[in-house]
Amino acid sequence: MSQHAPASGIYLDNNATTMVDPEVVSAMLPFFTEQFGNPSSLHQFGNQVGRAIKQARQQVQTLLGAEHDSEIVFTSCGTESDSTAILSALKAQPERREIITTVVEHPAVLSLCEHLEKDGYRVHYLKVDNKGRLDMQQYMDLLSDRTAIVSVMWANNESGTLFPVEEMALLARSAGVLFHTDAVQAVGKVPIDLKRSAIDMLSLSGHKLHAPKGIGVLYLRRNTRFRPLLRGGHQERGRRAGTENTASIVGLGKACELAMVHMDDETTRGRALRDRLERGILDAVPHCFVTGDPGNRLPNTCNIAFEYIEGEAILLLLNKLGIAASSGSACTSGSLEPSHVMRAMGIPFTAAHGTVRFSLSRYNSEQEIDRVIEAVPPIIAQLRKLSPYWGEDGPVENPEAAFAPAYA
Amino acid sequence: MWDYSDKVKEHFFSPRNAGAVDDANAIGDVGSLSCGDALRLSLKVDPDTEVIEEAGFQTFGCGSAIASSSALTEIIKGMTLDQALNVSNQDIADFLDGLPPEKMHCSVMGREALQAAVANYRGEEWKDDHEEGALVCKCFAVDEVLIEETIRANGLTTVAEVANYTKAGGGCSACHEGIEEVLGRVLADQGKAFDPAAAQPQPAPAAAPASAPGGKLTNLQRIRRIENAIEAIRPNLQRDHGDVELIDVEGKNVYVRMTGACVGCQMASVTMDGIQERIVEDLGEFVRVLPADAPRLAASV
Ligand SMILES: Cc1ncc(COP(=O)(O)O)c(C=O)c1O
Ligand code: FES
Repeated sequence: MSQHAPASGIYLDNNATTMVDPEVVSAMLPFFTEQFGNPSSLHQFGNQVGRAIKQARQQVQTLLGAEHDSEIVFTSCGTESDSTAILSALKAQPERREIITTVVEHPAVLSLCEHLEKDGYRVHYLKVDNKGRLDMQQYMDLLSDRTAIVSVMWANNESGTLFPVEEMALLARSAGVLFHTDAVQAVGKVPIDLKRSAIDMLSLSGHKLHAPKGIGVLYLRRNTRFRPLLRGGHQERGRRAGTENTASIVGLGKACELAMVHMDDETTRGRALRDRLERGILDAVPHCFVTGDPGNRLPNTCNIAFEYIEGEAILLLLNKLGIAASSGSACTSGSLEPSHVMRAMGIPFTAAHGTVRFSLSRYNSEQEIDRVIEAVPPIIAQLRKLSPYWGEDGPVENPEAAFAPAYA
Repeated sequence: MWDYSDKVKEHFFSPRNAGAVDDANAIGDVGSLSCGDALRLSLKVDPDTEVIEEAGFQTFGCGSAIASSSALTEIIKGMTLDQALNVSNQDIADFLDGLPPEKMHCSVMGREALQAAVANYRGEEWKDDHEEGALVCKCFAVDEVLIEETIRANGLTTVAEVANYTKAGGGCSACHEGIEEVLGRVLADQGKAFDPAAAQPQPAPAAAPASAPGGKLTNLQRIRRIENAIEAIRPNLQRDHGDVELIDVEGKNVYVRMTGACVGCQMASVTMDGIQERIVEDLGEFVRVLPADAPRLAASV
């Protein structure tokens, strides 16, 4: 597989997006040319495309372990799926005005919830502990007949920490509350069997599993009360109007099929590579630590906090060596605060600005990992030399006091 | 990620004057760990002339914070303290061929470190009066604190007024929702309600180009319209692998050249008629469309 990887550069930012698998690309190509028909059309041009979409729907169904293929609704992205799920639950149950979610959700859920608060909805944000874990007692106490929906992510995009969504969905069901999970980071990386779960709705996004950007799915359990976000045509049985993005749907189907094939490899070889990277860096660099819950996280993700330096500077130096990763520092996002996920876990400011996320895929090789292990320590040392919080070979004593600006 | 200038990258990858100056007699500390930005500037100042002989920086921060620190030390070396105090954050940004709006605060930090260092040298107390909020308007790098203070100080009530006072919102207008939120909050504090209907009147659509006196088109306007009409037809012709080009306009005669599949095509004259019809319609006056090689004199009016 690695012969398909980009010629130069080491890509360790697969939680941001993934390379489209070459097999996915070739499955898609005919749908730009001879298979251009509109699947709704009666003639042969449309017919064939309709069949291809049906097949893709089944491929997604298989990966998710959904009971019916009609539970798969194609959307334009993970964000749309999240919005559709939450807004539908509110619209369908106007008497219920509360939402339960977590403080570490992706902005696709968090920003929407904050916006809904302005419209008078009450949102409960479950807190996490220093390893990013939820307090199940707090959750159970909040479930009530005022709750319209619970929306909790399956895996966190920054730390990779997994939430016990299957258990939480069962609890919601027994309280008579709808349960949605943003599984954008989990689908394709961990086994999912929805027919055996109590999850009512699930979001996924194609570009996180080697399908293209701009295609997503909302899984909608049969008999779940639903109100569409986009009304218009009868596409997706009227649950998501708009002419289908046929090429991308076919691509996503293929990507789901491939994810099934590769899942074992990614959880064994992939995990081993991730662990090798993590060990290598932790052994060579002083004053750094893994964030999140190392024992319970995605097999491809490792998030390391480097103290007393700033993440964007690390990324720029890594990028110069052709290594791609990402950071939760405030400066990479243009905001004033470092990542809300790191802050929620109580990671001190001395480290929160210096978090770097490495996220692997099946295309990464051992040689690549070893090159990264070699590259990181000198970069960290170089930046610490510039830092006013760093002395000869360790942090200055009591950094906050030693460096005491006129304001703080 | 960020669209950093080459100069920013260069100063980040090879910072000048990194590290503390050994026998510094002026030190300025600004920022803090919680902000994710901190800078210690150390200077060696000649006590007789107040000339900055050496400058060094230690920075905890992103690429542009390090580049701004490096730029600052380069700019102020050799200046007197008074000259250095005239260096603005814009000077630092300009030295680096510009910074992205989200990163302008890095240059502000540089200027403040300088003020703090000078105060330290002169035994004065330096007090920072600058508070920073979340960036609201990216076009003009205006943050929430500035918008809020300006609204309060001037009793502003509309997005248009905010744009007049702070520039925020005067560009792409994507930040208007954010500005309305600040307005709503401040006005609510004062027991008033934000009224979006009182917002700015939509600017009138750009007026049609002024015509020559008497309502007639000027020659230039006339030719532009003819050009536009022809441009609008070209995609149709190109679809059939043909094309048309405007060659000249002489009084009521418009000369065009047909190319590609249109040449010698049975339909060429029909096409010409179509073009003529279109131009007449757009121009509001009669013209005749002729092939460029038509004998001019014969055709002229
Ligand atoms: C957890 C999570 N949810 C939602 C999204 C948004 O997906 P999309 O980019 O397809 O809208 C992402 C991707 O960044 C994500 O990581
Ligand atoms: S962001 Fe404010 S006008 Fe563009």
